[in-house]
Amino acid sequence: MTSISDSFQTLRDRQQCALIPFITAGDPNLETTAEALRILDRNGADFIELGVPYSDPLADGPVIQAAATRALQRGTKLEQVLQMLQTVSPSLKAPIILFTYYNPILHRGIKTFLTQIAAAGVRGLVVPDLPLEEAAQLIQTAASFNIEVILLVAPTSSQDRIIAIARQSQGFIYLVSVTGVTGIRSQIQDRVKHLITDLRSVTDKPIGVGFGISGAEQAHQIREWGADAVIVGSAFVKRLAQSTPTEGLQAVEQLCRELKTAITPASLQQVGAAK
Amino acid sequence: MVSIQNIKTTTQQPDSLGRFGKFGGKYVPETLMPALAELETAYQQYRHDPNFQTQLQNLLRDYVGRPSPLYFAERLTKHYARPDGTGAQIYLKREDLNHTGAHKINNALAQALLAKRMGKQRIIAETGAGQHGVATATVCALFGLKCVIYMGIHDMERQALNVFRMKLMGAEVRPVEAGTGTLKDATSEAIRDWVTNVETTHYILGSVAGPHPYPMMVRDFHAVIGQETRAQCQEKWGGLPDILLACVGGGSNAIGLFHEFMDESAVRMIGVEAAGEGVDTQKHAATLTRGQVGVLHGAMSYLLQDDDGQIIEAHSISAGLDYPGVGPEHSYLKDLGRAEYYSVTDEQSLEAFQKLSQLEGIIPALETAHAIAYLEILCPQLDGNPKIVINCSGRGDKDVQTVAKILNH
Repeated sequence: MTSISDSFQTLRDRQQCALIPFITAGDPNLETTAEALRILDRNGADFIELGVPYSDPLADGPVIQAAATRALQRGTKLEQVLQMLQTVSPSLKAPIILFTYYNPILHRGIKTFLTQIAAAGVRGLVVPDLPLEEAAQLIQTAASFNIEVILLVAPTSSQDRIIAIARQSQGFIYLVSVTGVTGIRSQIQDRVKHLITDLRSVTDKPIGVGFGISGAEQAHQIREWGADAVIVGSAFVKRLAQSTPTEGLQAVEQLCRELKTAITPASLQQVGAAK
Repeated sequence: MVSIQNIKTTTQQPDSLGRFGKFGGKYVPETLMPALAELETAYQQYRHDPNFQTQLQNLLRDYVGRPSPLYFAERLTKHYARPDGTGAQIYLKREDLNHTGAHKINNALAQALLAKRMGKQRIIAETGAGQHGVATATVCALFGLKCVIYMGIHDMERQALNVFRMKLMGAEVRPVEAGTGTLKDATSEAIRDWVTNVETTHYILGSVAGPHPYPMMVRDFHAVIGQETRAQCQEKWGGLPDILLACVGGGSNAIGLFHEFMDESAVRMIGVEAAGEGVDTQKHAATLTRGQVGVLHGAMSYLLQDDDGQIIEAHSISAGLDYPGVGPEHSYLKDLGRAEYYSVTDEQSLEAFQKLSQLEGIIPALETAHAIAYLEILCPQLDGNPKIVINCSGRGDKDVQTVAKILNH
């Protein structure tokens, strides 16, 4: 299976911006999560970020927090999430990036955790409460499991930190587009444009922009500003939670297509159509 | 061999990553890392700044009412005396006499002064029993700062009086419905607010918990409790206390009392946790007794968690102890064996609540009642006439209704 870095290289060669949808595992249930993964994979997702529900998601806004709470109330456990992934991931083109808070990792022990997620086909890891200073051990150990640990850069990060994070981050650099938690924002600040430029000046690694992006117009804007990937979470999670699983999955499919179209240059869309 | 000097250094100052041994650190979203660095720099700058210290000392004296007395609890002492008249000599460090009724004001005041110097005009805080919320609302009124307090809906019910006090002083109290609506959830919500408004807002964290530098800074702001205790012991009997006793939720009042005596190996330190309905039930808050090492609210420490690494909701009759984590320095002191930690149940603390009221005319906070309750277990184990200082961390006005409801049933 290809790594996150290799997949990005392929996308770059084709001058494509990646779409990374996020969903919370176990909301409304793991069968729907499995189906959502397949649907996203078929409808333009280049990578898929799968959130492990956690009791105290400090970096998440109300939508994802509520999804995690529902999933936990249904008794969703990491082992079940990984069992589901093990079944589904071989049929997916999009590499899976697991989004989890640090305590569930620490609780199992870093090695055990990595062994388990590697077996389930996970290729990348985002740990939102593990800043650079605390991440070294996880990054080193993950390397031997061929799992890339993606670090986050925030609008508040100093230049020194941006450089250090860019150096250590693997796969891509996750640029948090807003000062705040995850969630839908009506407008994406111009600040993001400058953040992308700043980051680009210190690294060749791909830049993925996330937090606050919900619609096609915003996704398009982010691509125009030069990002390598657009990450959309709450908008997907909200759609899955709104109605029955079947309707939720249809809404997810539609949003995924819209976003993919929005970040694909017209010339490439035509090429795609010609095929 | 580890030298005494080394122990002192490691025990009292966290390392460059903010760790006491393996505990502590900074496990927060990247967005907050610069704010923690800014806070650390400001704290290092002002902790030795004569102007800052003068202003703080003056306010502690004239506004808070420090020093708080060290009171010899004669009737309580007699209650625990042996038939031959020997037994523990019990003293209460009267933090309940502070303005706003608890030790919490020491830290809230100092952090608000720091926030002002850092140019932050908006303050947020979390609260369980409401004592930290009241203290924060108070200092915000004093300095004209905008104040938002996060409080679990369950705690808002059982601490309605403190909710009213906060609002009266101009604070906005935001109810938190997540989880069981207690201190853990209020803390998570406060951190989310901070992530969002970090550029304009200072978070006055209310215990020796959270990411570095909070555990160190909050401890230092409460160290005045132990410093005064030392001087008062010297004045009263020309020596040191034999035993220090304090309740532990997050652990701020305990560490405030302990810190000054950390290197006095002859002084025993005892922290008392909330055993709720019993440590063998699912309903307790005895983190150091029953917890496992984990990461919560920015720090590595002992935690109540399930086999999936999810944080378990704690339970205590006392809203201020109803927390599944504990300050990292306490975890360190426990592993080091420097401090001892035990737990008492809701029922035992209710008995102590009444006992102190009846024997001394002092109604303690339910938190404090946990420390008092441990006398029942401790005193029979002691020989001679050891001098015990209990941190009377807060007064019980806020808990009177809760207790009345339970006792009337």
